[in-house]
Amino acid sequence: MELMEGELEQIQSVVAEVLKKFDSDSEQLLPILQAVQGRLGYLPREAMKMVAAAVEIPEVDVYSVGTFYNQFRLNPPGKNQIKVCMGTACHMTGGNIIMDSFERRLEIEEGETTKDREFSLERVACVGCCALAPVVLVNDEVEAKVRPTRVDGILLGLGKELNRKKTEVGTEDKAQDPAEPKDIPAQEEGDAR
Amino acid sequence: MSNNNGNNNGNNGNNEKMVTITIDDKQFMVPEGKRLLWAALENGVYIPHLCALEEEEKPSAGCRLCFVEIEGFLNPVTSCTQPVKEGMIVRTRSKRIDRMVKNGFELLLSNHRLNCGKCAANGSCELQKIARERGLKLRVSRMRKLENDAPIDDSPENFSYDPAKCVLCGRCVWVDHNMAKVGAIGMVRRGMSRRVATFGETALAESNCTQCGECVRACPVGALAVKE
Repeated sequence: MELMEGELEQIQSVVAEVLKKFDSDSEQLLPILQAVQGRLGYLPREAMKMVAAAVEIPEVDVYSVGTFYNQFRLNPPGKNQIKVCMGTACHMTGGNIIMDSFERRLEIEEGETTKDREFSLERVACVGCCALAPVVLVNDEVEAKVRPTRVDGILLGLGKELNRKKTEVGTEDKAQDPAEPKDIPAQEEGDAR
Repeated sequence: MSNNNGNNNGNNGNNEKMVTITIDDKQFMVPEGKRLLWAALENGVYIPHLCALEEEEKPSAGCRLCFVEIEGFLNPVTSCTQPVKEGMIVRTRSKRIDRMVKNGFELLLSNHRLNCGKCAANGSCELQKIARERGLKLRVSRMRKLENDAPIDDSPENFSYDPAKCVLCGRCVWVDHNMAKVGAIGMVRRGMSRRVATFGETALAESNCTQCGECVRACPVGALAVKE
């Protein structure tokens, strides 16, 4: 993720402040990373490098911890945060197809943020309303029973401009959808891919 | 050799106490506190293993292949973590162990790119050795094959890294951190996407890797291999 102007300085000052509060001990790695993410919203590479130098462990070990725990994110949160539920019920009703649709539309992978930082895409485990599966949280608002066609609607509502060529690809998905083959993920899998 | 086992041994120094252990009905004299895997290997008894390094103070015991049965123990134990004691009676083969090793081995193969004929490690590969010693097949029959499609990193001058052949034993990471003392590679992510990578998952040549080649020598399979 490319940093914006002035962002590097901000990261450096925030991390330096956080590091002052902790011992320079590798046992403090997790609390330090949590504090950094608490202030910055994510773990920028520059921050991980500074933490590694402070606790005297190789940079790759900090990266290793940062990529291991779901709690940590390596990309800045977007202006609009999209969380696709991958809990059991959502998974069974095609949550992965919804995730694929978002990935294609936003041209990012799960866990990433668009270049303009408008959208970030995450997977979450259960959000606690399995009867509404598959569920997507859009800026913490629940979107229930999401179909691949709803993905475009959600993004348009958030001001995403979908270019024409892609909308045409989208209509192929729609062609099958009116039948609403509820809860038959196997059938949908074919046309959504 | 005793220095590494100092924690388990109260008996450091040159005049090591020797103990008698029985492995598969044969008796061996080995230094007390030595880890069973290495004691067995030194005496010509083969126990399958991938992740173990003798120098390691705390073995990760991650490959789950070096199981043995020890008399007095309810369940099989990993021999790489077990210090020897006087009078220990060990069996390297039993129904339970064979089953565990077979399952573990097939799981390892299930996401391993099996292309032995073209692999740089053909002939020196630990997986081949385990298959030969235990009469296992280098084939996945009971499981679905999930091959890793991460690209090969051939940026270093003399060697390359193929994640699809990696068994995630962690030996390269250990030698990188403790022998070469570079700290260029580590284990990143988790689950199916776990792999050995550099900071930020860049190519090795773009990282702080010194290309010393320690990790290539440590690799039990053909994941890290010298270029031809």
